[in-house]
Amino acid sequence: MGGMAAPQVAPVETPDTEEVPVSDRPWVTIVWDDPVNLMSYVTWVFQKLFGYSRERAEKLMLDVHHKGRAVVSSGARERMEHDAAQLHAYGLWATVERS
Amino acid sequence: MFRRRGERYVATLAVDEVRVLRKVASEVVGLLTEGFDHTDPVVGRLFPEVYPDDSAGTAEFRKYTEGDLKTGKIDQAGAVLAALPDSAGGEVQLDAEAAEAWLRALNDARLAMGVRLEIKDGTDLGAELDEAVAADPSSSRVFQLSVYAYLGYLQESLLNAMID
Repeated sequence: MGGMAAPQVAPVETPDTEEVPVSDRPWVTIVWDDPVNLMSYVTWVFQKLFGYSRERAEKLMLDVHHKGRAVVSSGARERMEHDAAQLHAYGLWATVERS
Repeated sequence: MFRRRGERYVATLAVDEVRVLRKVASEVVGLLTEGFDHTDPVVGRLFPEVYPDDSAGTAEFRKYTEGDLKTGKIDQAGAVLAALPDSAGGEVQLDAEAAEAWLRALNDARLAMGVRLEIKDGTDLGAELDEAVAADPSSSRVFQLSVYAYLGYLQESLLNAMID
């Protein structure tokens, strides 16, 4: 990803997990499917923690459910660890890895 | 089951429900305070390895996050215990903060029971329960499966009341 110039446009409104520069985003937080968590609860957690719209949160939840795992946020490693710790507090099964 | 009343979430609980909720919340507190052990699969599920292929990274992460995570989970279970009627059944009233604590605590209790009951993707709770009843209606598995199903209904009713 090195060498890509940042586009010279005004920042658009995006969730705060997207605000870090691309060059600092080699890490992702993954949520894994588990047989216990209610689908409605997982959707609610994504909305609550990441400020995602209902639609986006639901799509992510379905990704987790159908594919077994989904990337829920990306950014600096410390930020991903923070996200994972919060997801653990809500009982979601989250891990961090290099994207 | 929970419903919204003004700024609060209320449920009328029978004496058996109060007993069950006290039991499961106390068990979560016990799990997190006495003999906390990462090799216990329940603890493993409530405190997942953040780097499954990097035990040193996971240990480092836990060093900084596990204390808060544990305290949070104990407090959540404590919020359930604090809001329950003393002995008989009765009404539970939760404000927004207590409702969120209940939601998370009910989830922790279900996660713990799900591991012990070996709930898998696609497990049909009704069929499991029928099978357990046929084997021995007075078994602990019948009781545990019923409690697990009940906690799911209760959690869902609270969540629905909160997002309505």
